[in-house]
Formats: sequence, structure tokens, C-alpha cells
Amino acid sequence: MKGMYAVYRKEMGHYFVSPVAYVIVAVFLILAAYFFTQLLALYIQRAFEAGLEEGQFGGGAAFDVPSLVMRSFFGVLSTLLLFLTPMLTMGVYAEERRRGTMELLMTSPVTDVQIVLGKFLASITLLVIMLLPTAIGFAYMLHHSEPTAPWRVLGSEYLGVFLLGTALLAIGSFFSSVTESQLIAVILSFGANLLLWVLDFGSQTASSAWASALEYLSAFRHYDDFTRGVIDTSNVIFYLSFIFLGVFLTIRSVDSMRWRRA
Amino acid sequence: MIEVKDLTKRFAEHTAVDHVSFVVNKGEILGFLGPNGAGKTTTMRILTGFLPATSGTAQVAGFDVFNDSLEVRKRIGYLPENPPLYLDMTVTDYLDFVARIKNVPAEKRRARIEDALQKTTITDKRHELIKRLSRGYKQRVGLAQALVHDPEVIILDEPTVGLDPKQIIEVRHLIKGLAGSHTIILSTHILPEVSMTCDRVVIINRGRVAAIDTPANLTTQLKGGQNVRLEVQADQNAACAAIREVPGVRRVSGEPAGGKGRVALMVEVSPGQDVRSQLAAKIVGKGWPLYELRGVNLSLEEIFLQLTTEESEHAAASSN
Ligand SMILES: Nc1ncnc2c1ncn2[C@@H]1O[C@H](COP(=O)(O)OP(=O)(O)O)[C@@H](O)[C@H]1O
Ligand SMILES: [Mg+2]
Repeated sequence: MKGMYAVYRKEMGHYFVSPVAYVIVAVFLILAAYFFTQLLALYIQRAFEAGLEEGQFGGGAAFDVPSLVMRSFFGVLSTLLLFLTPMLTMGVYAEERRRGTMELLMTSPVTDVQIVLGKFLASITLLVIMLLPTAIGFAYMLHHSEPTAPWRVLGSEYLGVFLLGTALLAIGSFFSSVTESQLIAVILSFGANLLLWVLDFGSQTASSAWASALEYLSAFRHYDDFTRGVIDTSNVIFYLSFIFLGVFLTIRSVDSMRWRRA
Repeated sequence: MIEVKDLTKRFAEHTAVDHVSFVVNKGEILGFLGPNGAGKTTTMRILTGFLPATSGTAQVAGFDVFNDSLEVRKRIGYLPENPPLYLDMTVTDYLDFVARIKNVPAEKRRARIEDALQKTTITDKRHELIKRLSRGYKQRVGLAQALVHDPEVIILDEPTVGLDPKQIIEVRHLIKGLAGSHTIILSTHILPEVSMTCDRVVIINRGRVAAIDTPANLTTQLKGGQNVRLEVQADQNAACAAIREVPGVRRVSGEPAGGKGRVALMVEVSPGQDVRSQLAAKIVGKGWPLYELRGVNLSLEEIFLQLTTEESEHAAASSN
């Protein structure tokens, strides 16, 4: 426990002195803010046009601007995470291996599990730090919206993006542990993320048995329900098993360094 | 304190460490001397739990390095060949992190860090980022890292490589000061280094132990003649007595080798003499089966030659 906390603390310290983490978080927040304001403007205009039509012709569906903005925004967030999480995790093991500090960790009285969990929890913390400021926009929007806004839906969406992000971090950590090169780590994890993304499309053309298998494996498909405000236990279980598998493989990979490395 | 038995490590086809055995007593400084590629680093990595051995055993403070790896790791301070430094940290932050992963209790951490800073004389650099330090200071931070939890056993892989002559003297002095309260293994490919710092030396070449002795004995042995190792099937005392009769033989010592009544004899020969054919004639004349006869010091001398030339190159390089 103490060993894990020591590793966690060191990783957090590293994130805060490393320009890489700042750049990633800044890029993420700038893009997120841009998409948020664009989506908000778009849907307000749509609602306004819909309101005009309603005035002229009567009837028409009510236009729930906050829900639409939230749903589209969380769709965009998943794409941003797909691009940015590999950069957050690329150095986690690759850099330690290259610098020889892995030898310090692995000859200290901490277990491989403590090393991996400490590092993983630190990357999750950074993900949360990255996501938190986006809540400011929603708090503002929901506070000003009429009628009262769907807080529960927002909660479900944040849960979804947290689970998806954590799963992507698990993938990235694993690929960082198999190489000494950050560049290779980032390429491999980005490739894996993309594959999980396109599985979703593949499932639309494949035959039915394959289609459902591919669909099930697509980490992004399971995300859709969350963005609609539906928390389905099977989706939560999917992400938790995904994360567990990623962490497990990373532990095995760290363990196997003792067998491989010079 | 450390007991290594028949330790062997194979990488694919290549045997990096080949049936190495030695013992390090409590409080002793053991030098691990051998040319590059001899297997020093590999042996140390096995002792620290970084690599598993292919076969053989190693114990540190009574714990097996493979089965009780965590217990062993608690008791070891290790400076790898390349100091494992986090360049973005300050010296104190780095030592604090190492103290934490080495299980130093919170209330002792500060004092331990101060002590390590002082022993390695880097107190004035404590708030510097490690990446801004010179090579010599980085090496000392690496040493401080190996000391910070006050381990029983300290393993140092080529601790003076890349330092200038003045720094080398300081580091040697520091290591000598640690003996007694710590058990130390240090590796080097520089001969004078072991005679200055170590109580005993293991000479290792191509993965095999070539000799284990005190630096003084090794030096006299080298200055003396060539030794011959014999393996004979005979009564030990009779064999020793017979060999002493051969002109040029200075001393004979024997010990049982394997089973079947064989003895291994180490024959010390006067300088400049080659008595191998006379020895063979003597033994065959007695009717004893002869299993082995080889000049030992020749290879030892070769190793030393290599080591000493490296030392002079090293000195030349660092004085430039
Ligand atoms: N991971 C590895 N894979 C293959 N060969 C290795 C590995 N590590 C070391 N070796 C080989 O083992 C031998 C001993 O290396 P090493 O223990 O580093 O020697 P030293 O530290 O005495 O210079 C060398 O020939 C080296 O090439
Ligand atoms: Mg070496």
C-alpha cells in the first residue's frame, strides 16, 4: 500500500513538472471549450428557428438545448480522448525503461502490482483533472436553462467518459510497458484505440454473428448509452473488465521484464 | 551475509554467468573484478532480484533472492551501472521518493536523507534539479540513493566509472567508510581499485570465477611463478609429497575433488619455471590416473594484463 502510494506520488509529481502533461491538458481544454461553445451556439440557433416555425405553423417538438449540447459534446470528448490518452501514457513505462529507473523500481521492496497500480491511479487522476474544468461549462448552462436541466443525464455522461477514458489509459499503459520508445508506445496505443473505434463501423457491414461480436468489443459503442443518460450495468461491466484486462496485461508485461531485459 | 552457489545465467545460447560461487562475510567489502562482459552486472542483477538465475542459488541475509525476493530487496541498496535517476526531480525529492519505496518509516525519513546527503557530500546541491548536475554529482546522487535506507547490504556496479581522479578517490574513501556497518559488493574492471578498497576479490572472466583471494595474496601470486592445477586419483598426502619432490615446486595444497578418491592439487611453482611435463611424468610414474593438468596463472595473468592496460587507458583518459 505504501509502496503503491510512493509510486503514485512520484508519478503525479512527474506530471506536474513535465511540460508534456500541461500541453496535453491545455490542448484538450481549448478544444473542449471550442466545441462546447460551437455546439451551444448551433443548438440555440436551431431552437430559435424551431421556435419561429412553431409560431408560424403551431405544434412542433420542444427543443431541449441542454440535452442536445451535452450529448453531442460527450461524443466529441470520446474522440478527443482517443487522440490524447496515448500521449498521457506513452512515457509511463517506456521512459523508465530507457532511463534505467525501472531497475530501481524493480529492485526495491515494491511488488510489480504496486508499481502498476500506482502508475495507473496517477494517470486516472490526471484524466479527472482534465475532465473537471468541462463541468464548469455545464454548470453554467444548466443553471441558466429552463426548465430544470437533466443533472442525472450529465452524471451518466461523466461516468461514461470516465470509464472510456480509464479503459483507454489501460490500453496506453500496456503499450508503454512493452517498449523503451515513447514514440512506439504512442503509435501502438493510438492504433489500438482507432481499431476499437472502427470496430463499431465494421459491425455494420459484417454478417450477424461477427457483427454482434465486433459491436460488443467496440469500446465506443458501449459509450453511446451513457451519452443518452442510460446507465446500463452491462456497459459498466464491459468497461470494468476491459480495464481489468489492461491492468492485468501490464502487470504481466512488467513482470516479464525480469526475464527479458538486459 | 551473502552466499552464492553455482549461479548460472544463460541468455539464449550465451552463458553470461557460469557456475559462480562465493561468500561475502558481514561487514566485508568484496571486489568483483573482471573485464567488460565478464558477467559482473549480470551477477549483481541476480542478487538484487532484477533477473532470475538459470540455475544455482543465491542468499542474502539468509533469504533466497528468488523465493524471498521482497525480503532481499528490503535489505539491499543497489547502484546499477547507470545511476537510476529521475532527471526532473531535485536531489532531495528524489531521495525522499527512494526512501519511501524502500519502506523508510515517515519519522526517520528526514534524518536518513540528511545522512545520505552528508555521506556523499552533496548537501549543497540538495535543491538542484538532478539534470543540472555534473556527471560526478549524478554518480554521488546514485550512491546516496543506495544508502538512504541504511541497508545491510550495498551492491555497487562500477561506482567509479566516468569520474575524474579526484572524485574517484573521494568515492573510494566513502565506500571504505561504509564497510563494517554494511556488507558491500562492488564491481570494477580496474585492478588497483580493488587493492585499495576491498578486503577480498573475486576475479571473474567470461562468466567464471578465476580466483578468490585477498588483494595482497593475489598480488604475490602474480609476482610469483605460474601455478598448475592437477586432478589425480590418489591419496592426498602421498600425492602432495610426491609432487614436492619435483624441482621447481614451491608449495602444494590439495583438497578432495568430486568422488572416487580424486584430489585436486594446486601447485605453486618458482618464477620462470615450467614444470608441467615433469609433474605429468611424476604422476604417471607413480601409476596414478591423471584427470587434469593445467597452468592456472597463465589465464589469470592474461586477465590481469587486460585489466591493467585498461587501468592505464582509463587513467590517461581521465587525466586529459
Ligand atoms: N539481456 C541480455 N541478453 C543477452 N545477453 C546479455 C544480456 N545481458 C548481458 N548479456 C551478455 O552477458 C555477458 C556479461 O555481461 P555483463 O554481466 O553486463 O558483464 P560486465 O558487467 O562484467 O561487463 C556479456 O557478454 C553480455 O553481452
Ligand atoms: Mg557491467
